[in-house]
Amino acid sequence: MSMTIASSVDEVLAAMAAGAQPIAGGTDLVVGARAGKAPLPEVLVAVDRVPELATVEVGDTSTRIGSGVTHAQLMEDVAVVHRFTAIADAAALVGSPATRNVGTLGGNVMNGSPAMDTGAPLVVLGAEAELTTTNGSRRVSMNELWVGPGRTSAAADEFCTALVIPNPPAASGSAYVRLEYRRAMEIAVVGAAAAVTLDGDSIASVRVALTAVAPTILEVAGLDALVGTSYHEPEMELVATAAGEQATPISDLRASDAYRRHTIGVMARRAVEAAVRRAQGEQISVPVNRALGIGAAS
Amino acid sequence: MSLVNLRVNGVTYPVDIEMGRNLSGVLRSEVGLTGTKEGCDDCECGACMVLLDGQPINSCSYLAAQAADREITTVEGLANGDEMHPLQRNILAAGGVQCGFCTPGMLMSADALLDRNPDPSDEEIKIGLSGNLCRCTGYARIIQAVRATAVELNVSP
Ligand SMILES: Cc1cc2nc3c(=O)[nH]c(=O)nc-3n(C[C@H](O)[C@H](O)[C@H](O)COP(=O)(O)OP(=O)(O)OC[C@H]3O[C@@H](n4cnc5c(N)ncnc54)[C@H](O)[C@@H]3O)c2cc1C
Ligand code: FES
Ligand code: FES
Repeated sequence: MSMTIASSVDEVLAAMAAGAQPIAGGTDLVVGARAGKAPLPEVLVAVDRVPELATVEVGDTSTRIGSGVTHAQLMEDVAVVHRFTAIADAAALVGSPATRNVGTLGGNVMNGSPAMDTGAPLVVLGAEAELTTTNGSRRVSMNELWVGPGRTSAAADEFCTALVIPNPPAASGSAYVRLEYRRAMEIAVVGAAAAVTLDGDSIASVRVALTAVAPTILEVAGLDALVGTSYHEPEMELVATAAGEQATPISDLRASDAYRRHTIGVMARRAVEAAVRRAQGEQISVPVNRALGIGAAS
Repeated sequence: MSLVNLRVNGVTYPVDIEMGRNLSGVLRSEVGLTGTKEGCDDCECGACMVLLDGQPINSCSYLAAQAADREITTVEGLANGDEMHPLQRNILAAGGVQCGFCTPGMLMSADALLDRNPDPSDEEIKIGLSGNLCRCTGYARIIQAVRATAVELNVSP
């Protein structure tokens, strides 16, 4: 086994062109290897010392979050917390401080788990993944990227350099909530993200996506009926019903499919409610799970 | 095998290791510092917690080679010569040590927490220690020790 430590994106791309697999924080790759899931790749390139991957750049129309930005950075970055709050909500729930210090956004996305916490926020915020090789870059939507549990459409030599997200219009808010059995070192039983833009008192646009209820992150369809409403009980019920109907959860030792189908509705309506409140200008601290007492009790 | 320089508690240790080796194993065997414990070896319990450039990491599941030429702090680096670190003194005084297996990891997480947040609330202490399991004490006395240390350090910085 061999590993090089890259100090620039060009070094990463050259190593990957020669067959190396990237390692960022290793919290999926190394933990998986030690648990016997899959042996460590023969040739690795460490990407955690590339400064240009660890920045958040706010542009005129979009924001570029480097793939090497850690969860600890995401939950405190001012631009992320203000504009893309659902991502900060999600990052703050990942593992423990130690997991968040080294675990990266790029690793979370490219690992492709249907239970990944940053996935649903990225979908509702309209993010695209920037995939780069020595021959150049392309951008794909999140739903084009994830093709199954642990599988992406990226080629073996494609490195995710950044996640690019359109800057939300004024009067927008987003939130991510998850059901969990304990408050740390936990995987989502189910989770939901919502992004909302308001026009006065009523909803101008809304997107909802779900965690851990399908082979990949699932965006809820058919929420157009919410546009023009101000999100009261009938609309909340509509969100919960749509989420529950579209989810195709599995049963495992963490929860039955029926329980997941029920609780995903509850999480979805709460995510929209929190996103609406943030769009109205209310400051709800990150993560919204703790601020609103969702998820596990202390 | 490759030669990797590990800088632990301010001392550089050149070690000849396989690139797939985990940091806790190399610290305990090649470097010879056994204060860092291996509990679950699976990123769950926090017994292996060390600081990398001042931030806690689970060294059981971190490649030693990725820590090359960075600043690693283990529990052996806390004391000042023969004088215990205030966290060590306070965790003993509070009765926050029973079998002691979790203690090195707890101390490293607590040290990093107080470094970033010198006056944490109980809730913030719980979050700071959320990656460290203790099977003996019930946590209350450990939290008490961290709080006492914060008070002590804030009075006489
Ligand atoms: C104790 C513990 C708790 C956890 N809790 C959570 C949780 O609550 N929620 C959650 O979502 N996850 C959780 N995780 C999973 C993991 O921490 C996250 O998925 C993390 O974001 C992975 O990032 P990493 O940098 O460590 O990835 P790595 O392990 O370094 O990489 C993961 C995979 O992605 C590939 N890769 C990495 N970066 C890139 C890139 N830029 N381009 C292309 N491929 C790339 C690697 O080759 C590898 O296949 C937890 C893990 C542990 C150990
Ligand atoms: S030994 Fe590393 S977390 Fe348990
Ligand atoms: S004192 Fe025994 S595990 Fe904490």
